[in-house]
Amino acid sequence: MQIHDTPALKAEARNLNFYYSEKQALKSINMPIYDKKVTALIGPSGCGKSTYLRSFNRMHDLYPGNRYEGEIRFFPDNTNLLSPDVDPIEVRMRIGMVFQKPNPFPKTIFENVAYGLRVRGENNKRTLDDKVEHALKGAAIWDEVKDRLQDMAPNLSGGQQQRLCIARALATDPELLLFDEPTSALDPIATGAIEELVHELKKRVTILIVTHNMQQAARVSDYTAYMYLGEMIEFGKTDQIFIKPNDKRTEDYITGRMG
Amino acid sequence: MKPLTTEQIRAVIAKGKFRDNLFKAVGVFCLAFALLVIVALIADMLIKGSERFTLDFFLNFASRRATQAGILSAWVGSLLVMLVTALAAVPLGVAAGLYLEEYAKRNWITNIIEINITNLAAVPSIVYGLLALGIFVYQFGFGQSILSAGLTLALLILPIIIVATREAIRAIPAMIREGSMAVGATRWQTCRYHIIPYAMPGILTGVIIGLARAIGETAPIITIGALTFIAFLPPVPFSEIDGGATAGMFDWVMSPFTVMPIQIFNWTSRPDPAFEINAAAAGFVLMAMVLSMNAVAIYLRYKMRKNIKW
Amino acid sequence: MSANNASDLPKVSDRLAYNAMRNWKEKLIEAILLGAAAISVLTTLGIVYVLVSESYSFFQNVSIIDFLTDTQWTPLFDDAHFGIMVLISGTLVSSGVALLLAIPMGTIIAIYLSEFANPKVREMAKPILELLGGIPTIVFGYFALLVVTPILQFFLPSLPGFSLLSAGIVMGVMIVPYIASLSEDAMRAVPMSMREGAYAMGSTKLYTAIHVVVPAAISGLAASYILGISRAVGETMILAVAAGMQPNLTWNPMEPAATITSFIVQVALGDLPHGSIGYQTIFAAGLTLLMITLLFNILGQWLRAKYRENY
Repeated sequence: MQIHDTPALKAEARNLNFYYSEKQALKSINMPIYDKKVTALIGPSGCGKSTYLRSFNRMHDLYPGNRYEGEIRFFPDNTNLLSPDVDPIEVRMRIGMVFQKPNPFPKTIFENVAYGLRVRGENNKRTLDDKVEHALKGAAIWDEVKDRLQDMAPNLSGGQQQRLCIARALATDPELLLFDEPTSALDPIATGAIEELVHELKKRVTILIVTHNMQQAARVSDYTAYMYLGEMIEFGKTDQIFIKPNDKRTEDYITGRMG
Repeated sequence: MKPLTTEQIRAVIAKGKFRDNLFKAVGVFCLAFALLVIVALIADMLIKGSERFTLDFFLNFASRRATQAGILSAWVGSLLVMLVTALAAVPLGVAAGLYLEEYAKRNWITNIIEINITNLAAVPSIVYGLLALGIFVYQFGFGQSILSAGLTLALLILPIIIVATREAIRAIPAMIREGSMAVGATRWQTCRYHIIPYAMPGILTGVIIGLARAIGETAPIITIGALTFIAFLPPVPFSEIDGGATAGMFDWVMSPFTVMPIQIFNWTSRPDPAFEINAAAAGFVLMAMVLSMNAVAIYLRYKMRKNIKW
Repeated sequence: MSANNASDLPKVSDRLAYNAMRNWKEKLIEAILLGAAAISVLTTLGIVYVLVSESYSFFQNVSIIDFLTDTQWTPLFDDAHFGIMVLISGTLVSSGVALLLAIPMGTIIAIYLSEFANPKVREMAKPILELLGGIPTIVFGYFALLVVTPILQFFLPSLPGFSLLSAGIVMGVMIVPYIASLSEDAMRAVPMSMREGAYAMGSTKLYTAIHVVVPAAISGLAASYILGISRAVGETMILAVAAGMQPNLTWNPMEPAATITSFIVQVALGDLPHGSIGYQTIFAAGLTLLMITLLFNILGQWLRAKYRENY
């Protein structure tokens, strides 16, 4: 994997294990996440890709009984995100997340996007206006909602809701953005819009995306990792993974012989 | 056994259908009986009490003369006691519900609290009265005051508010919490900006049902020794009381008082039938309060079910 | 933030370290919320403390044997007797009358709502039952004394103005909604497949209800009856108003009698000095009441837990 044109690291999993109580869901995963690149996680359902993704912003801390082992190094800090001295709240302020099903808050469009800033204590009207506009533009939804920022967010269409959720995550300028099957609840047109957006976003932010759709992984990602039964089977440049996988299991999955 | 003929089978089916219909009739009758009781109660009090529905009845103090006796101190007392009850029970109940749903870890402390709440909901209300008599009236020295009564009823309806809060919170999907935490909100921020506001209609329903229960409670208030004959109102804040002194902001909470149910009890237990009329009229007023509160709660719940947001 | 060979040093960068202030505030809020939740435990402890400590003083003066076996209850007389059986008999008789009415009626309503009624009827019936359950007990007491007793006297001319019968009947009406709603929940929890098995064999709705649904939900029904009992035992105002308050060791519902609860009301209405034996008596009576209801509650919860496991 160590090719000489390798870009800078944004994060790196080192010997990462994860347990839901007694059940081991991730088995010693090692994997780099490159800065300002899109990395896709593929694999059959239940392979642990979402579990892995949710380790990055310490989402598992919300539920009792979950346990991490190993490290996720975050750069440029070179800090282990899983260290007990690291505050999960601080982590989540720097690592945004977009969920499988759009989950806008039952509040106005404006308040949805401003939320991340408000919880940081930002209440200056002008700052909020600026940042909300910037985030909505970044999520390519500004033109559709600029005249109705005070409308309730759940009244938007599914695709708009998901872009609003992306805007919500962008508003706080995250360094890494986690996407958990962001288009699985959307129609093809809305899916296309999100994929285009992901492509646009990687200029500003590192992206890690879980997808059950291999075409999507091929379309949007620079790097792809194939996971199976909690293990990282293969990681590489997307072209290489899809054209010439090294591992037989990856090949079986990609050619549709499995999963 | 010989197979049945068609006629016999038809007869069996007819008999079964007849029994089904008979049971249906009995069921409808039982339900109608419940409705009848409510209607009879209200009608009886309305008709018997009709001659007391004058402004004077609401503006007069209790009196030895039935025709001049009114419910002024009773309804004012009920409202003030409810105010104390709500101020104590709502924050405590919501906080407890919030803790149990959003914070509590599955451990023995949580278990004890939960078992406690279930059991408290079934403790007879008069036992709360004994608790209040021993603790609020004598131990804390609150005396036979609005404060003692309000706090007693607050403890009594706390389980209702806690359960309503928990149910309302449980209806909020996990993805809302995750969405909030994922942008870096703390647990409390998530509660404050999302959980509490979204659970509000459900909490409100529980609060109204709880207060409707509290406003009709008699036994615990009698136990703490509420007076049955009160011919004055608690001091209005900053008003002049006798001797030229000014009442303090919260003097009223320590005032002796009476409430609607006690007034009704007092009138019901008098041998003079003229007071029956007063009891009926006051009972009707109390029923009107309780039923309208319940109706608001039922309507709120109905509306909530109609526009579920998730 | 230079990473000077930091990979060896497990150092946390400042921007990711715990924010002490925020952390402290969160912990404080959690502690406050826990405190609110703990009020319920304090309430229980308070109840136990008050009842037990006053009863302890009471039993310093009255032997527990007399308390349980004496057949007279005259705590405020010069010749004081403290036979709690007198009050328990009134409590049991009035509760018995109430349950004789409430259990069949509640069960029939529950079967009707769960097995027969269409959703529209159910939608209407539930609020009606809820309203019935929400009527203040003092209003029921008024109703028992001034409406039901005269009606009963029409049929039973020998019935006195105060009686356990009249109070018990109205108490039964009050309990119907509790039994109906809990029993209906239990029957609705019976899986449809069990009913379908019976229907497929050509059985009628009533036959299915009685022979399939009721047996399957039996522990839930029993739990609802037991909760009904504990409500009846703890009910106060209906009895204080309509059953008379004179202590009377009787098993005849046609007589007036005091119950544990109405005795407490009677004493509280008077002016007993704090600390007197009369004052302590109501706590001993309250402790007895609490133990009886607690017993039924534990039984009811055990039964409910049992029926939850069934499916």
